[in-house]
Amino acid sequence: MSEYITHEPSGRSVGRVDKKYFTFAEPPNEMMLDSGRRLGPITIAYETLGALNAKKNNVILVLHALTGDSHVAGHYSENDAKPGWWDNMVGPGKGIDTDKYFVICSNVLGGCMGSTGPASINPETGKPYGLDFPLVTIGDMVRAQKALLDHLGIQRILSMTGGSMGGMQVLQWCVQYPEMVQSAIPLATTLRHSALAIAFNEVARQAIIADPNWNNGNYYDGPQPNLGLSVARMIGHITYLSDEAMRRKFGRRLQDREDFSFNFDGDFQVESYLRYQGAKFVERFDANSFLYVTKAADYFDLTQQGSQASAVDAFSRALARFLVISFTSDWLYPTYQSRDMVKAMKKNGLNVSFCEVEAEWGHDAFLLPNERLSHLISGFIDSVYEQLT
Amino acid sequence: MSMSSLHNTAVRYDLQIIASWISPDSKVIGLGCGEGELLYYLKHQKQVKETGVELIESRVAECINKGLTVIQGDINAEIQDYADDAFDYVVLSQTLQQVYDPLRLVGEMLRIGRKVIVSFPNFGHWFVRLQLLLTGHAPITPQLPYQWYETPNIRVLSIKDFRKFAKEVGFSILKEATINTDREDKTGNYVAFMPNLRATYGIYLISRSNTK
Repeated sequence: MSEYITHEPSGRSVGRVDKKYFTFAEPPNEMMLDSGRRLGPITIAYETLGALNAKKNNVILVLHALTGDSHVAGHYSENDAKPGWWDNMVGPGKGIDTDKYFVICSNVLGGCMGSTGPASINPETGKPYGLDFPLVTIGDMVRAQKALLDHLGIQRILSMTGGSMGGMQVLQWCVQYPEMVQSAIPLATTLRHSALAIAFNEVARQAIIADPNWNNGNYYDGPQPNLGLSVARMIGHITYLSDEAMRRKFGRRLQDREDFSFNFDGDFQVESYLRYQGAKFVERFDANSFLYVTKAADYFDLTQQGSQASAVDAFSRALARFLVISFTSDWLYPTYQSRDMVKAMKKNGLNVSFCEVEAEWGHDAFLLPNERLSHLISGFIDSVYEQLT
Repeated sequence: MSMSSLHNTAVRYDLQIIASWISPDSKVIGLGCGEGELLYYLKHQKQVKETGVELIESRVAECINKGLTVIQGDINAEIQDYADDAFDYVVLSQTLQQVYDPLRLVGEMLRIGRKVIVSFPNFGHWFVRLQLLLTGHAPITPQLPYQWYETPNIRVLSIKDFRKFAKEVGFSILKEATINTDREDKTGNYVAFMPNLRATYGIYLISRSNTK
């Protein structure tokens, strides 16, 4: 996902938030991973917004996408240049209303924004894990989030939402801990990563691996594989936009020049944009973490988790009420993939709504201010909450 | 868009009749449910478990915003995913005349629902007949207000046609309401005498023949 949010036009904000940390799975009680390996201790960085009510029935869990973090909305300090990544959706009176609901967002296991990942210190060696960090899955990420909710004393989640890889975690939650999830809003996501999506991720990973600075993942005390990581990010950004979005945003316009340079400096605005996004990304993201979370997304296939190996069977365990949302111009997780999950939910007799939102910005549409999206989410969550009360 | 704004509003006359045929606490699917007027009424007045199918995004969004369960999609495709007898009632309100393959759709509706409610504008109404006879033009009426080249109503049928259709296809008509009302009217009246000539709409409760 991209970094669009620089300011919030409505001016409404949840205000100051703090990043908190929860550590569990201390040896010898490490967490068992899907791969069969054990990991511990595990730290999860998280933020909470709004207030938990007395009945503890107003909890909304937000799951972030590939390169997101726990900072979903608000500011860390008054001098912060920009708010959290979904500030247009989460806040007072917004789609996810922090005046009514208690919002939790945590950084995924394997990430690099405060949760345990390959850049964390391996307690056995006293050095960063690097490639010694075990591969984690979407299921492992969800298992760690469940541990956090147990720690916070929360047994029921009113609603959970997330786009892209966040949506995969939403779906995983619904089949892994079905009794905890009352409703779920998977956005711009899929039941299983397509060959197309895996292909882009693989090219991005190879860009990192081909950077000599990557050094088999051992770069923490030397030069960073910034070139590879920025190219990986450039590839990602292409997949988050759309033909139309690029045509409108850049066209064939040149950047800071009247004519072609007749060399490889970069002539076009689209080139300049991608280079800028790549350069900005390396300041905040760990290359190994990028390898791990993209792999987790690639491994995701909900249809293989049941005994029958079908989408219908996967959702046979789910109990939640669903609102599935896709976006017309999203070609990374196209609408047919959302329809596949809707079909499987219908066949299980689950309560499911589906809307394909008209949006021209490609996969990133779920992150951008969109009144229709905000209304869909607020109307849905409110109706689930009203049924409880 | 607020929930309360709809509570006190009277429902369209034809929808009132449909609602009166639906038992409380039942499972209802509305095909081509629009902005969910009927489903919202049924959910809150009769505590039904509602599902809607609607093609147009803005209408789907309006439904979901009201708290209704609605799937955006084509009714002919969406209906196939449901199991036999998945619903107590399947409602197709003022849409039969816009369906490409009514025979197949009605068959599917009878498969997924124990009872099916269908309504349509009556093409046998005297005003329709008179227009064609006197002016020689394709009729335009308050119930069928389109020019021939822009009308979504591709399957014009009369009340007599529907009764004949029931016999030929082999489903039972459990209830029939032939009424005089307009497309958006909150009021109307039953037409018992010569309905094929005098009623603007027909509403039918039908079922498979073996389940009377």
